[in-house]
Amino acid sequence: MTHESISLVSIFRHTVTEDWYYTRRMTNQQVPVLTIDRGKELTVRAAGAWQVHALTRPDVMKRIRAALRSLPRDATVAWDLSQLSALDHIGAQLFWNAWGKRRPPMLYLAEQHQNIFRRIEQTGTLALPQQPKRRLLSTDTLVRRMQDLSDHAIHLVGLIGQLTLDLARFLRHPLRGPWKEISANIFHIGYQALGITALVGFLIGVVLSYLSAQQLHTFGGDIYLVNILGMSIIRELGPLLAAILVAGRSGSAITAQLGVMRVTEELDAMLVMGMPHGFRLILPRVLALAVSMPLLVVWTDAVALSGGMMAAKLELDLSVTYFLQQLPGAVPLPNYWIGLGKGIVFGALIALVSCHFGLRIKPDTESLGHGTTLSVVTAITVVILADAVFAILFKSVGFR
Amino acid sequence: MAEPVIRIRNLCTQFGQFVVHRNLDLEVRAGEIVSLVGGSGSGKTTLLRQMLGLEQPAYGTVQVLGEDINATGGARLRQLRRRWGVLFQHGALFSALTAFDNVAQPMRELRTLPEELIRDAALLKLDMVGISPQDALKMPADLSGGMIKRVALARALALEPELLFLDEPTAGLDPDLSESFVALIRELHRELHLTVMMVTHDLDTLFALSTRIAVLADKRVVVNDTPQAVIKLPHPFIREFFLGERGQRAQEVLRNKETDREHGK
Repeated sequence: MTHESISLVSIFRHTVTEDWYYTRRMTNQQVPVLTIDRGKELTVRAAGAWQVHALTRPDVMKRIRAALRSLPRDATVAWDLSQLSALDHIGAQLFWNAWGKRRPPMLYLAEQHQNIFRRIEQTGTLALPQQPKRRLLSTDTLVRRMQDLSDHAIHLVGLIGQLTLDLARFLRHPLRGPWKEISANIFHIGYQALGITALVGFLIGVVLSYLSAQQLHTFGGDIYLVNILGMSIIRELGPLLAAILVAGRSGSAITAQLGVMRVTEELDAMLVMGMPHGFRLILPRVLALAVSMPLLVVWTDAVALSGGMMAAKLELDLSVTYFLQQLPGAVPLPNYWIGLGKGIVFGALIALVSCHFGLRIKPDTESLGHGTTLSVVTAITVVILADAVFAILFKSVGFR
Repeated sequence: MAEPVIRIRNLCTQFGQFVVHRNLDLEVRAGEIVSLVGGSGSGKTTLLRQMLGLEQPAYGTVQVLGEDINATGGARLRQLRRRWGVLFQHGALFSALTAFDNVAQPMRELRTLPEELIRDAALLKLDMVGISPQDALKMPADLSGGMIKRVALARALALEPELLFLDEPTAGLDPDLSESFVALIRELHRELHLTVMMVTHDLDTLFALSTRIAVLADKRVVVNDTPQAVIKLPHPFIREFFLGERGQRAQEVLRNKETDREHGK
């Protein structure tokens, strides 16, 4: 038994001509098989097409692995691959791994398959470098989280500072401002959101009205429905509803848009052409949201109240005229201003948060998805936080 | 005579009122490297996308590996798609996966190969295109343009395709890199017995690689022949494209190749 590889220039020598393609296609149909011959010496014979498409047929892999497992560990095995009709790198790698990543002492191999094994042999054993395992909770991740958080805070503060400067520039030369962008954004963020805010507002108005009407009816306080609906919708629910809808609708759109601009290098192109991001992208969006949000708040208030009125008419038989007459008395004027003010603040916050996340997106798809999700969640959280601040600051304003 | 790998018959493409291809015929035989050339807007990329089944022609048939690409569906089409590899112009690597996972993904998708085999096979493919295991764990965003193309080529070769589509394989690479990329494709073509269909503008690549050149002009393939025969053809587009100063320089490659052959190299 010689301990060097014996290659057998077999009868199966194919000439590599133009008809290799044909042989390949026909042999594609041949199932790869492994037979173990336990004669005088242990011989493993392989036949068929050892190509990836044949190997992935049902059960082929299972049978081959079972055959390989049944081989005794330390015995000398002769490998006869001369009957192979076709071989590709994946099939060859399968043999190579079965051989323990070296040439077996006895190997019969057809000439046209030598190259593939030579290639694998030359390549040697490649291994991926070990990746340090990340634990879910460790000081390392904690430190990274903190760094991340402070990074966000610094960037956001920078963004607000830049916005203030841009706003000053805009006020100094209002004619040279980004009017076209502002109006386009008002159209997309404000006008196109009218439908959805109306639908949601109306339904919330109806729900609130029914719910309160039942409770009030039990102790005969029917007429206070106007106060409850008016106060809650105008001071609280209208601005909040509009803000949440806009954050979901336009906040995500702004983040995704800026993110894609990062991926397609449009952001870099703008910078090198001397078009600052702040003045061209962020300022118009913040202004557009600050303008359209209060308008959307008024619109949502009106639609929600009409929904409430309708439900009140049906449930308590409270006439629309009575409702409208009572409303100015029930809701003091400062509440309207608070509602509008909330609109402006919420709008600006949503725009800032979504621009912040949009600009931080890295040029890959995963970061885009992650950034957009984070942006919407943060925008809504920030809006509710701001709402709480409003509630505390104006706790003694607008009540009788 | 073997059946052609790609056979396009009577193909017509129209975008609105604009006719891109009219009665276009093209055949690619096994083992060849065919380059598709044509002016910008002549519909090269559209034709390539039609061969891949990404777009449907208004009229005509596209047969790839013996299957009518627009008439087959389901498992047969899936089977067919595993028999070719495509290198997109900008690589089109999955940006959420590392270079290694990008190459391993098509093999994992088969669901039957053991993970250890996939790892070795993917590393072998990456090694073939000259990507070291250290770079294999990088994300596509951290790779240079040339490396992205190499990884994308390794991914295209992952399932041992019979047919390889290359869309502008050397666009955006510096001359050195593009030369080594051409050498790489030539070597792989020899080693893996591929049929290659490529779209390119780069005359150096064109002459260095192609066994045939298909010229797309006047809304059809005006000629599909060996480079030597194509440049002799008196067609205004061919004259302008190949016989300009740039073309003359590139043809030296061709002449060198011929002298090499004469000397029995």
